[in-house]
Formats: sequence, C-alpha cells, structure tokens
Amino acid sequence: MKIKGIRTVKGRQTLRAYLFMAPALILVFLFVILPIIGSLPLMFFDYSVIGKTSFIGLENFKNAFADKEFRVAMFNSILFVVVVPIIQILSIILALLVNRKMYGMTLFRTLFYIPVVTSMVAVSIIWGFLFDPSGWINTICIKLGIIQKPLGFLNDAKTAMLCIMFITIWQGIGYYMMLYLAGLQSVPKELEEASYVDGATGLQSLIKIKLPMLKPYIWFCSLNSIISALGVFDVVYVLTQGGPNDATNVINYYSYVKAFKDFQFGYAAAISGVQAAMTLVLSILVFVYGRKGGGMTYND
Amino acid sequence: MISPAKKRKIKKTRKEITVYIVLILVAILCAGPFLWMLATSFKSGQNIYDIHIFTKHPTLSNYIGVTEFLNIPRYFGNTVIVTFFSILLDVVFSSMCAYPLASMEFKGKKVILGILLATMIIPAAAGMIINYLVITQMHLLNTYAGVVLPGAVKVFSIILLRQAYLAIPKELIEAARIDGSSELRIWRSIMVPGIMPTISTVVIFDFISKWNEFLWPVIVLQDPSKYPLATALQYLNGSFNYKFGYIAAGTIISIVPVILVFVLFQKNYIEAVSGAVKG
Repeated sequence: MKIKGIRTVKGRQTLRAYLFMAPALILVFLFVILPIIGSLPLMFFDYSVIGKTSFIGLENFKNAFADKEFRVAMFNSILFVVVVPIIQILSIILALLVNRKMYGMTLFRTLFYIPVVTSMVAVSIIWGFLFDPSGWINTICIKLGIIQKPLGFLNDAKTAMLCIMFITIWQGIGYYMMLYLAGLQSVPKELEEASYVDGATGLQSLIKIKLPMLKPYIWFCSLNSIISALGVFDVVYVLTQGGPNDATNVINYYSYVKAFKDFQFGYAAAISGVQAAMTLVLSILVFVYGRKGGGMTYND
Repeated sequence: MISPAKKRKIKKTRKEITVYIVLILVAILCAGPFLWMLATSFKSGQNIYDIHIFTKHPTLSNYIGVTEFLNIPRYFGNTVIVTFFSILLDVVFSSMCAYPLASMEFKGKKVILGILLATMIIPAAAGMIINYLVITQMHLLNTYAGVVLPGAVKVFSIILLRQAYLAIPKELIEAARIDGSSELRIWRSIMVPGIMPTISTVVIFDFISKWNEFLWPVIVLQDPSKYPLATALQYLNGSFNYKFGYIAAGTIISIVPVILVFVLFQKNYIEAVSGAVKG
C-alpha cells in the first residue's frame, strides 16, 4: 500500500509537470523539432506543391551541382565568409577603444549598437539610397574628385557584392563589439596593472594578456559570424535579389527562391543541406583551430 | 623644462583625444545614415538627393503622404498584434514550461532538457519549408496565427527562464508545498514574481526580433493588407521607387519604436546579450 501511495504521489507530480510544459512543448515539437527531423529526408524527395511526391535519392544533389546558378551561389557564399575576420578584427579594436574609463563611453556603445537592433529592411533601404547613382556617396565622391561620373554601385556586378559585404559588416560590428567588451571586462584588473608595473607597453599587454583572455570570445564570435555569413539573406533580398547577373546570388537566397518562388521544396531543402554542411565544415575547422590554440580552457 | 610626469600627462591627453576622434568618426558612420534618413524624411519632393543634411523648409508632407498612401496605422496595428501575441505566448508558455524543469521532480526531466538543449545546437537546414508545410496543413496560411505560432515559443527563453528559477531558494517552494499550495499557485505567486528581471529580458529580446521580422510574414500572408511594418516597407520600396520621401518617412516610422525600446532598456538587454556567451 505504502509503495503504491508513493507511486501515485510521484505519478501525480509527473502529470502536473507535463501539464505545465504541454503548451510550450507542443509548439516546440511542431515548429522546432519537426523541422530538424524533417529537413534531412526532404532533401531526397521530389516534393513540390503540384505534382506527385516521390523518393529520388541523391537526384536533388546531382541536379544542384550540375546547376550553374547553384555553383555561382555557392562560390559567392564562400567568398562572403571574408567578412568574418574583418568584422571580428574591427569589433575587437572597437571594444578595446570603448573599454576605457573616459567620459561618454556609454553613449558611444549605444550609438554603435543601434544598427544591430534596427530591422535589416530599414538598414538595407537606407544604404540602398546612399549607394544610389544620384545618392550621397556618389555626390560626395564626385565633389571630392574621386570619380568623374556617378556609379551604380548596386547595379554593377563588380561592386554589388562589396556593398552587400559592407552593409553586413556595418550592421554586425556593434553586436560583436558588445560581446568582446564583456570579455575584456572579465580580464582581472590586477593582471593588467601588474603587467604595466613590470614595464609592459600597451601593445605588449594587449598581445600577452588581453587577446589570450579573449580567446574563448573570439572562438564563439567567429563561429556565430560564420554561421550568419553563410546564411546571409536579408540584404540580398531587399537590395539586389541576387543580381546583377547573379553577382550577389548567395546560397541561402537561392534556396529561398527555389522554395518560395519556384515551390521546389525538395530541391531547395537539398541546397539548404549543402549550406548546413558548409557551415558544419567551417565550424569544425574553427573549433579544431581554437582547440589547438588552447582556446577551450575557459570553463564558465 | 617639462617634468617627466607632465610629459606623461600630455602623452595621455593626446592619446585620449585620438581615441575620441576615432570614436566620433565611427559614431558618425553608425548613426549618420539614420540621421540622414530622418533629415530626408522632412524634406519636400524636389530636394531629396540634396547633399545638405538640413533643409530650410522642413515639412511633414512625407509623413502625411505615406500614411494616406500606405495606410500606415493599419500596418502599425498589424505589427503590434503580431509582436504582442508572440511575446505573450513566449512569456506565458516558456515560463510555465521552465518551472517544472527547474523545481519539480518527474519522469523524463533529463530527456526533455537534453532534447531542448540539442535543438539549440542542431540546425534545421530546411526549417522554413517544413514550417510552411505544417502551417499549410493546419490551414493557417494567410492568418496572424500562422505568422505568430512558428516563432512564438523560443527554446532559448525556456532555458533562460529555467536558469532564473534555479536561483529561487528551494526552501521557499517546499514550504509552500507543505502549506498545501497548488503548483499553479506556487508558480503564479512565488516563481513568476521572483524572475521578473529575466522576464523583462525575454520581452525585450522578443520585441526587437518580432518587430523587425519581415520574411516569414511574406511567406505566410497572401493578403498585403495584413503585412507588418517591416514587410510593408519592403513592399513599398519595391513598388514605389520614385516616392523616396515616402519611403524615408515610412522607414523612420518603422524603426523609431525599436530604437526607443532599445535605448530605454539597453542595460538589461546588453547584459543578457553578453551573458549568453558565458552561458
């Protein structure tokens, strides 16, 4: 009797626990777990809104690699990863600058962070007008004599990708700066002061003390930055739609076009699968490199 | 003769001035485009591409024009509906879900926690496609529910709130249980009030991400009059390229709420962002 009683009490508690969790768990299952489970099989089907659904094995992947547009998009996405080290270096420099005890630093941090919280649509529209042939950047460049006649930065295959990269860097720096700032503030003050007492210069203390302490942050930020670089979408969608002439067509945008313009869900899923695989490979590389450099010693 | 101490002080001042100059330049680069857009939104049609930032004759005509043209109040309302219900569902369901995960003993607790954590690491390669198919199956296409439900409950919020619950003393909960309080009562009168700072963090996070969301609404909604602001703005930008002043005014209307919320709650928000690395 006694054992059974305990059982029911425990059973009742379990029931209560699941009642509490049910609403969230149902939504998480439908919209988070199901997409994770469903993504992989979808890549091996010919699945579109119209027509029959059939298992086609690796056909989607074969088609993708035979598809010139896909290869261009993949190449562009790999090229786009160049923004990762640029963002990281600039945000570390910025974090070092705002980590001083000087008047007005909070204001600067806030200003640098505003692009991060603003919608990518608004940001893209603003920069789209600034880059316009009759926009501000052209006007200034002409007045300064840098260029003779207005350039359509976004309409030129040579410069469009650079603009997309610039906007991405511009919007991303504030976010990573804030993370690095948190890292710098976790450097024990005594350590830094001791190095100065020992006669270290600012640069020495940066290389020998601050950067090693920042390592776990650099590792985390680079990883995040790679994932978002390979997933770049919003700016392309708003400003260039992959053009001109596929110059800004990136893998995530191409997969969107295949899914929601052409409604080839299976094919689009396969393209996303390639993107996920690329992300995984680059993440592993960064992880292994970070490990070798001793970046994983941080246990918090 | 300048003493070494004075020399060092001059050097320090010089360094500080250099830092200020760099920071001001970066600040202009970061905030400049927004200020330019703000200034432009008050200019009348002809001098939009004028290089001068300020105009002698500021006008509200763009704001009036875009409001008549696009029915801005309606889009604003749509955004408020989508943002409000997303936040509500996330806060209520996540804080309910996190409670047993933090303070109750039950079968399968470890498994559920493990699965939740795993979803944060494993990406859903074709997540949006599957979400679209599920929403279609549920007959929620072209509804606000279809916009809100897929992103409503965030695993990140559940984990964040669970972490906050863990800081509430166990004795307090046990005492209430011995007093015969129901779990629902304990959750409502002890747990939730005890984690208000974390709840406000979740609210700010959700507000910023939901207010800015534009792609998912385009996919789910077929009727443009149901679009939220960011989506409508993209639509405006695509269809009426020549009405630059209107677009400027629309852009300003759409970003002001987010910037306001961020500036008001930045301390809380930034702490949470930085804390996420360590967690």
